[in-house]
Amino acid sequence: MLQRKKLRAGLGQLLIPLIALGILILFNLIRDPGFFSIGVAVNNSGNRVLTGNPISIIDSASELAIISMGMTLVTAACGGQDISVGAVGAIAGSVFVKVLQGTGSISVGTVILSILACCLATILFKLFNGTLVAVFKIQPMIATLILYSCGRSIAYWINGDATPQLNSPIISSLGMTIPGIPVPTPIFAVLLVGLLLAVVFRFTNISLYTQSVGINQGAARLNGINPTIIKLLSFALLGVCVSVASVIGVCRLGQLNHKTLLVDIEMDAILAVAIGGNNLGGGKFKLSGSILGAYIIQMLTTTLYAMNVSPVNVKAYKAIVIIIIVIAGSPVVKEKLTSLWKKSRIGGSNAVIRKGVG
Amino acid sequence: MQNDAVLTMRGIYKYFPGTIALNNVDFTLRKGEIHALMGENGAGKSTLIKVLTGVYEKDGGSIWVEGGDKEARIHSPQDAQNIGISTVYQEITLCPNLTVAENMFIGRTNGEVVHWKEYEKRATELLDNLGIPARARQELSRCSLAVQQMVAIARAVDMQCKVLILDEPTSSLDEKEVEMLFKLMRDLKARGVGIIFVTHFLEQVYEVCDRITVLRNGELVGEYAIQDLPQVELVAKMMGKDLNDLANMEQVGQKSLGADEVVYEANALSSSESRPFDFCIHRGEVNGFTGLLGSGRSESVRAIFGADRVTGGKVRVKGKDVKITNPREAMKNGIGYLPEDRKRDGIIADLSVRENIILALQVMKGFFHPMSKAQMRQFADEYINALQIKTASQDTPIKSLSGGNQQKVILARWLLTHPDYLILDEPTRGIDVGTKLEIQKLVLKLAEENMSVTFISSEIEEMLRTCSRLIVMRDRKIVGELTGDQLTQGYVMKTIAGGDR
Repeated sequence: MLQRKKLRAGLGQLLIPLIALGILILFNLIRDPGFFSIGVAVNNSGNRVLTGNPISIIDSASELAIISMGMTLVTAACGGQDISVGAVGAIAGSVFVKVLQGTGSISVGTVILSILACCLATILFKLFNGTLVAVFKIQPMIATLILYSCGRSIAYWINGDATPQLNSPIISSLGMTIPGIPVPTPIFAVLLVGLLLAVVFRFTNISLYTQSVGINQGAARLNGINPTIIKLLSFALLGVCVSVASVIGVCRLGQLNHKTLLVDIEMDAILAVAIGGNNLGGGKFKLSGSILGAYIIQMLTTTLYAMNVSPVNVKAYKAIVIIIIVIAGSPVVKEKLTSLWKKSRIGGSNAVIRKGVG
Repeated sequence: MQNDAVLTMRGIYKYFPGTIALNNVDFTLRKGEIHALMGENGAGKSTLIKVLTGVYEKDGGSIWVEGGDKEARIHSPQDAQNIGISTVYQEITLCPNLTVAENMFIGRTNGEVVHWKEYEKRATELLDNLGIPARARQELSRCSLAVQQMVAIARAVDMQCKVLILDEPTSSLDEKEVEMLFKLMRDLKARGVGIIFVTHFLEQVYEVCDRITVLRNGELVGEYAIQDLPQVELVAKMMGKDLNDLANMEQVGQKSLGADEVVYEANALSSSESRPFDFCIHRGEVNGFTGLLGSGRSESVRAIFGADRVTGGKVRVKGKDVKITNPREAMKNGIGYLPEDRKRDGIIADLSVRENIILALQVMKGFFHPMSKAQMRQFADEYINALQIKTASQDTPIKSLSGGNQQKVILARWLLTHPDYLILDEPTRGIDVGTKLEIQKLVLKLAEENMSVTFISSEIEEMLRTCSRLIVMRDRKIVGELTGDQLTQGYVMKTIAGGDR
């Protein structure tokens, strides 16, 4: 009984996104029973890889899933969102490519070096955002608006107008599949980042501190927590997420295009956080909710494309479904549903009592 | 149903997850009476008021309001207002940067063209009529808190309210202001308005009220005429306890003078909010800061804890020179601080009772040393039991607890860190008599166990009962340090007021 109760409490926030996901799956099964079939095919480089819609959905949602995790932390700590993740992602990609090309050759070592450099640069850019938010108390959206508008210009300065190509089996291994492993590599990247964050959560108090700062900054401070550092930390972790996502984005295409890399991902990431039932005003959060949100968004997109909806219209249909999900998860609807649920329960228990008396 | 009843509530039920907040409660308010609604924290007063004002929907029972032949339907605060139920809350809910007249008529114009000149005239009449010392064109924020409250009342009166609910209206007023408010209440009473008065100040109940309804644990204890219920009995009814326990109220324990060892010592300590002051406390001593609101007593203890920016001074903890410039350093030096404003500075509202209890200890253990879940559960259980915190479970968000229980959680948070020196700023504000007593007893017990405690309270009797030394502040300066025979109400008052003149 107690465990069931706990399970229900834990599920509470995830209930709406899970239902949404369930309905999407059901809808697709009815529409096309073969939608979820998984096959094996041989790709261009001669590797055997898994194919099919489920794989493609999970694969293409990777960048979004990774960035949503970071976005969740920033949202929770600062009570606002970072709208510059796409633009900073373009910078990150540029740094990655620039450093990689600077080393002269593409080997495992130089790729790792470039990733580290990219990570470092992204963290620095995010700390710039973080400083504006945490130290100068500028609203997150305004603080990140600066890089949102000039980020892609900076990316352009780094690499010029060219779209450098990266032709190497290492790059395609990172962006697509590693020979011998049939699962796309980006999926492992999501797992890796998820695992990394899980370890950070397990061995530090970041979750408790972040929620405390997000809920009541003043009280958190009086308990010895430094809100400035916690906010900066959330931006730094978002930076790590953005750099990983941008490296995937670059490797997936084997080239860098600073105009299209991770374009518009900031809004999808914020949406994923919201669909996951997290409060955009900060405070309590669940990373799993945001990850779920990311996959829901991608699944929706893939479904619409599978239904031959033209790319121009996809966004409109997506908006409609998202409005429904967000309304279903809104506090007003939730409250109504809980009170209905409670009423039916109280009615039920009264009936039992009456029965007992009778 | 009596004929002169202006409001009748019968068999009201309200359920919350895991608890019954109101269990078959009846309440009757007569025309032209001031009716005190009494009970400890968590007794159901606020819930009853919220049901009446449409903030909560009742789960059972019925409400009648005079003039309506049918049951009143109250589904929103707007409904309540429309049938003549108005509330003035403890926190002012008006717009401080509008004028008095604007505040009185805003949101009531039904889209008509607004003739502010006319409204100002009406406002002036009403203010004069009720004897409220404010001008119509004055900005509200420039009025004292009491006058702001009276403006809120005037607004309610002008809306033809039959039932006026005053929820803790006096908690931030000084004596003169309270007198002003009471005069207004008596005026309204004479005009036939029924007033529900919720307060923790027993003396005030006996000063203005005609009738008392007592609630306990969500149930009705009874309704009494004021002359039939002496103050001690009222307290006993609220607490559901024997009078014997109350006899002990005068002597909650042995006051502790403390050992010779100085635990904390400050020389010319100052912060951005406080002027330089000297202070020390001995091991096992209970002392207090007293003075009027704004005298600097809270600002001084905040400086000790490093809550505001420390600007100067020397601090020694257990004889060693230390620097305390932020709360974390204070905690490391064994100092705990329960802030004055529980809602703003104390609770982390959305987090569970457990997380709120372990927070300070967890911070002291460090960022990289999270406690295990099992350990947190154990600590939480231990303190929920020790302080008898009423909560559905330790996973319950602290915001759904009653005020007194929230305060106990914050107290548990600091006790768990085992501080050498604990600062309690108004730990008993807005808390019922029973819990107040428990907290006072606890303070003396802690002192017996060699903890040093600074205890601040607006109620002097409470401090006289617990403190062996009182530091009196006026205009942000320490103006006296009272011990021994000087610790009488009269002498303290005189020092606060400035007896030298």
